[in-house]
Amino acid sequence: MRELKTDVLVVGGGPAGLSAAASAAGAGANVLIVEGDLHLGGQLVKQSHKFFGSKEEYAGTRGFEIAKILREEIANCEDRVEIMLNTTVSGYYREERVVTAMVGEEEYLRIVPKKIVIASGAQERLIPFPNNDIPGVYGAGAVQTLMNVYGVVPGKRVLMIGAGNIGLIVSYQLMQAGVEVAAILEAMPRIGGYWVHAAKVRRLGVPILLRHSIKRAIGETVVTGAEIYELDDKFNQVGETEVVECDTICLAVGLTPTNELLWQAGCRMKYIPFLCGHVPLRDKCMRTSNEDIWMAGDVSGIEEASAAMIEGRIAGLGAAKALGFNIQDEMFGEYWVRLKNLRAGEVGEKIRAGVLNATVDGWEENA
Amino acid sequence: MKVSAIFESGVLTEERPGAVSPPEALWKSHKGGLVIVECPQRIPCNPCNTSCPTGAITEFADINDVPAINYDKCTGCALCVARCPGLACFVADLTFGEGMALMKLPYEMLPLPTKGKTVKCLGRTGEVVCEGKVENVAEPLRDRTRVVHVSVPIDKVSDVRAIKVV
Ligand SMILES: Cc1cc2nc3c(=O)[nH]c(=O)nc-3n(C[C@H](O)[C@H](O)[C@H](O)COP(=O)(O)OP(=O)(O)OC[C@H]3O[C@@H](n4cnc5c(N)ncnc54)[C@H](O)[C@@H]3O)c2cc1C
Ligand code: SF4
Ligand code: SF4
Repeated sequence: MRELKTDVLVVGGGPAGLSAAASAAGAGANVLIVEGDLHLGGQLVKQSHKFFGSKEEYAGTRGFEIAKILREEIANCEDRVEIMLNTTVSGYYREERVVTAMVGEEEYLRIVPKKIVIASGAQERLIPFPNNDIPGVYGAGAVQTLMNVYGVVPGKRVLMIGAGNIGLIVSYQLMQAGVEVAAILEAMPRIGGYWVHAAKVRRLGVPILLRHSIKRAIGETVVTGAEIYELDDKFNQVGETEVVECDTICLAVGLTPTNELLWQAGCRMKYIPFLCGHVPLRDKCMRTSNEDIWMAGDVSGIEEASAAMIEGRIAGLGAAKALGFNIQDEMFGEYWVRLKNLRAGEVGEKIRAGVLNATVDGWEENA
Repeated sequence: MKVSAIFESGVLTEERPGAVSPPEALWKSHKGGLVIVECPQRIPCNPCNTSCPTGAITEFADINDVPAINYDKCTGCALCVARCPGLACFVADLTFGEGMALMKLPYEMLPLPTKGKTVKCLGRTGEVVCEGKVENVAEPLRDRTRVVHVSVPIDKVSDVRAIKVV
């Protein structure tokens, strides 16, 4: 079996992983980025809308353009950064500190890193309802990949489930692709995403039905519609079941961290609802309870690309510092301030509480 | 539906911090128009401020602040209209003449409007408010967000927030 050695292994080439790689390589470390997909960029590649945040995090720039900027930065440290695409990290062997990965479907690899940054992102949640296994029921991520990576529309008329940012943004992108959005359903009494994103789709005539959910998908071989209903405060049905005609049902009901590798590595984990699942405990430098492993981005709690990039910078610096590379400690301080500012608003309230709950002062005291 | 529930679904129902119209006297006489911002929620975002060449959208003490506007400095240039990721900035020039106003609206759909053609003007829930004439189609940042200049009756300025090319 082929064996690779590196100072820092970065698992996942999304905004968090690319930022971690850039800062570790910038500090002088050799870095190997392993990305399961055929291209770098993670979720960013699919985002054709302009991002929020501040100028430092490329606000007002489209997501896929941000991916391009990060890839260029990596290309500038070419001699220290190696990239393996179409390669999925499949396991971590704690005793030997060895990582296994699979290249395509052909080759198994052993990777022996000195330090690891896990930036594996998130996966979509699904909700159960009768008939949800017929063609035409999609996750929002799949719809985005189809449209924005492969240029294929999923259908002619979509019912969107979930009015978080993903549901709102994917609805807007569907309309840009010429697809009709029948309605957006949201079980809660208010939209979960940014108000301006909701306003954008509302003024194009899409109803957002608050306190509504899907009962079942209608259709024999493919989706032809959906039964929907209104909810009361206790999430019980009020009123009649209604039928919406559609050929696609798109689920945008949230993400949960892709944390398998962290479990395997024996990192101390905690279930934190505000961070959307089980996440590793971390110190301020994004180090896990396993002293060789750092994390960054959605795997540490579902948030935003803006935060993922800063966390990536911190984790990359942390790993490089632990390897003995010369780091200006003030840089950590700068990144912490930027994270704090991003999380200061009302939408950041849950993140703040979640992160506080997941952060330890230092591993020494907590050992 | 209760007014608050309408707002919670993304429709502005009344003025509130971050979503206000310009002062009427200045607006009526100001050539080039003034900015209308509808961004009433505290979110971590500030490109309206960083893109404004005159400082009319004042600097954010906290990036989560809702935008605050110094109308005396606004030239109606519509750079913020093109840059705002929330499509929450609009410009209206009430001096266009003959009871008409020139609105500068962000547009990211297809097909593109063409100068001289009539388009449908939509309100905050997508309802057709009136027809408007396309006076210009600009792309200030060369990033495919168009700023469409469309003339509409002055009394429709408070309702028109989007166009539909038919
Ligand atoms: C529709 C939508 C709109 C969004 N809009 C915004 C926005 O406006 N502003 C904003 O800041 N954020 C936005 N986000 C959020 C943002 O995209 C994510 O928070 C961000 O991409 C997280 O970065 P990440 O690097 O942690 O994870 P990801 O981008 O998910 O990247 C993780 C990468 O790891 C790879 N990977 C996972 N496991 C393995 C493995 N075992 N081996 C190898 N590779 C692996 C994956 O293939 C993926 O490429 C949006 C997200 C969505 C879905
Ligand atoms: S229209 Fe121009 S001057 Fe007025 S707020 Fe927007 S960017 Fe600033
Ligand atoms: S750029 Fe747009 S969405 Fe962002 S704060 Fe300014 S007005 Fe609001």
